[in-house]
Amino acid sequence: MSERKVPIRASILDKPLIRPKTEVSLSSFAFLFSEIVQYSQTRVSSIADLEKKLETLGYSIGQKLIEMISCRDRATKRETRLVGMLQYVSNVLWKHLFGKAADNLERSMENEDEYMIHENSPVTNTFVSVPADMGHLNCAAFIAGIIAGALDSARFNAKVTAHLVESETGIDRTIFLVKFAPEVISRE
Amino acid sequence: MVVFMIVGKAEPLYELEYGRQQGEGLDDVAYLHEFILYSSLDMINNAALWSNSATFLRVVDKFNYLSVSAYASQGGKIFLLLHPGKSEDAVRTFFVEAHELYVKYLMNPFANADDPIVSPHFNAHMRNLAKKI
Repeated sequence: MSERKVPIRASILDKPLIRPKTEVSLSSFAFLFSEIVQYSQTRVSSIADLEKKLETLGYSIGQKLIEMISCRDRATKRETRLVGMLQYVSNVLWKHLFGKAADNLERSMENEDEYMIHENSPVTNTFVSVPADMGHLNCAAFIAGIIAGALDSARFNAKVTAHLVESETGIDRTIFLVKFAPEVISRE
Repeated sequence: MVVFMIVGKAEPLYELEYGRQQGEGLDDVAYLHEFILYSSLDMINNAALWSNSATFLRVVDKFNYLSVSAYASQGGKIFLLLHPGKSEDAVRTFFVEAHELYVKYLMNPFANADDPIVSPHFNAHMRNLAKKI
């Protein structure tokens, strides 16, 4: 029986992971994201489904992102407390994704298990104009998915939703509402 | 003779056995090793994971002459190594390199973070790492 030689191709595992920080241009991201939204639009039947689809895409990114960043930073410590984890997300993850820390992180007054991350103009929404018949579609569902993926992966199970808050000063802020699962709260 | 395992939230994602000597019985020894690793996992999940905020959790369990060392990543993946008392530095280096290899595997957009790892390339690279300890 003759043996077939398999050609050795350099796989992704051979390439170095630690690379100098590279930046992606905003326009290429915006282009790619607009294509993602259009692609998803043709495959769903409602606004909620579109948001869900964007969130699912972000979720898988969040899961991998948190692993990669913790490995790349050669971290010897990890976050075990809830507030520490949220600060990790709003500082380290945000800096990696958007080049700056999140604008604000606060705890909800009404509920013990809700926290809010503020972001003035998320990159997913800056180039998106929502037509009237789409009503309350918020493309920041993509970023909400990233946050949810990262938190779930780190065993802080949470539901994250994006909400647009219009303020009188003219600056529209997006708030990511993070609602933690009961077992996370009881663990604290 | 070392046994390495990567565990996600729900199930083991990867298992590697390296360096089995001639003459060691096959089936029962393998089951025993898995059992030791799973039972140490219970201990980690309930205690060490939340009280210790370091990534390298050192030796978490002992069984006869074998000890289980653990390493937890921020992404909730636990790396376990069953070994006959290797030096801590060697184990720590192994874990860090294994973590880096795992992240490289994850960077593939078709790889799901929750699925078991079946890539032969990953297996080959992991064997090389296991050889070095």
